[in-house]
Amino acid sequence: MKILKTLLALCMTVLAAQALAQETPDALARRVMNEVIAVVKSDPAIQAGDSRRINELVDAKVLPYFDFRHMTALAMGREWRAATPAQRDALTAEFRSLLVRTYSNALSQYKNQTIDFKPLRMQAADTDVIVRTEVRQPGAKPVSIDYQMDRQADGWKVYDVMVAGVSLVTNYRETFSQEIKAGGVDGLIKSLQAKNAQTGANHK
Amino acid sequence: MVVRNTARAILPALLAVLAGCATTGNPADPFEPVNRKIYAVNDTLDRYALKPAAEGYRDVVPLPARTNVSNFFGNIEDVWTGFNNLLQGKPREGFSDFGRFAVNSTVGILGFFDVASDIGLDKHDEDLGQTLGRWGMGPGPYLMLPLFGPSTVRDTAGAIPRQLVDPVASVERIPVRNAVRGLRVVNGRAQLLGADSALDDAALDRYSYLRDFYLKSRLNQVHDGNPPREKDDYYE
Repeated sequence: MKILKTLLALCMTVLAAQALAQETPDALARRVMNEVIAVVKSDPAIQAGDSRRINELVDAKVLPYFDFRHMTALAMGREWRAATPAQRDALTAEFRSLLVRTYSNALSQYKNQTIDFKPLRMQAADTDVIVRTEVRQPGAKPVSIDYQMDRQADGWKVYDVMVAGVSLVTNYRETFSQEIKAGGVDGLIKSLQAKNAQTGANHK
Repeated sequence: MVVRNTARAILPALLAVLAGCATTGNPADPFEPVNRKIYAVNDTLDRYALKPAAEGYRDVVPLPARTNVSNFFGNIEDVWTGFNNLLQGKPREGFSDFGRFAVNSTVGILGFFDVASDIGLDKHDEDLGQTLGRWGMGPGPYLMLPLFGPSTVRDTAGAIPRQLVDPVASVERIPVRNAVRGLRVVNGRAQLLGADSALDDAALDRYSYLRDFYLKSRLNQVHDGNPPREKDDYYE
């Protein structure tokens, strides 16, 4: 009996994992956004701007679907190859907190917007897709927000976000290469740390 | 009128000054040192005048009324958008824009309500700068215009004719005209209130972040959302 139960539980886990792995990227994006918006709308602390609560929400629901290492590499461009493994780790950590804070603060301003998902053009074999959405709010022009995702062993991951057609990741490339020209990769890491310390303090 | 004449007087002089101080650096932004100074002035004006005005406007005027205001100015803009769609060889979009103007000016009560969007006439975003780009003109050097903000030589060239046919300029009574203009500016700024705090959060250097964003988003607009995409994946 016990063996049967264990087997059954194992089967269920495998099935559930398969279902998640097979979730199409747009379905995944829709599910995550709906979950996050539901929490934002129902949590008075988040609406009051409680940044700790927002961070918890983003940590738990959103970040597992982002590939920050890939994002950092993309922002660095050709400079990424020149960075040592330790520098890459430090860059990824700092860039990650910069992006996460920007996203969380934007999320805390969420009000009255609606998100439309555009139909996804995707072949079954595709491993790299763009999920296109349009954010509408009353009295303002709709803004397109697109998520570029690739398929990894544990499911689809976002590695680029485009607002109004502009990559919020590669938009850093010019600044990064200026920083690297001035102070090397370590100089860039220091600038990112300083930025994170400064903006983090402003929001406390 | 004042703005127009000042712009006429200032722009050629400004371009002459700018041309004299090209430096090495970002090839898209040869006038960076001057642009940065202008940005600093614009930013100060924004911080102490325009942004507080926009915040006050947002806090005092309820959302439905602000939507009406945005629709009203957007309705005027649709005519200009329509002409530009025609100039870009997109008659279907162009006549759809004129249709929007007709529907919203009447059923939508002088444009205060965007009925056209509800019946499937989608709003487009076109201007003369995009048209020139569509015709093959490159953006030219990046320009930070006093008061007006980010632009390029091409987009400035496209913005001047727009000012010359501004229907608000034909309002006879000067106080009314100025009030309408002021409302347009403050309402426009109010729409950016979320975006500017994101800029503060995101940018290591706001000047270059804004510049790079502006240039890429204009490229995207010129190509109606499908810019030539350079393949670059530097990952591992």
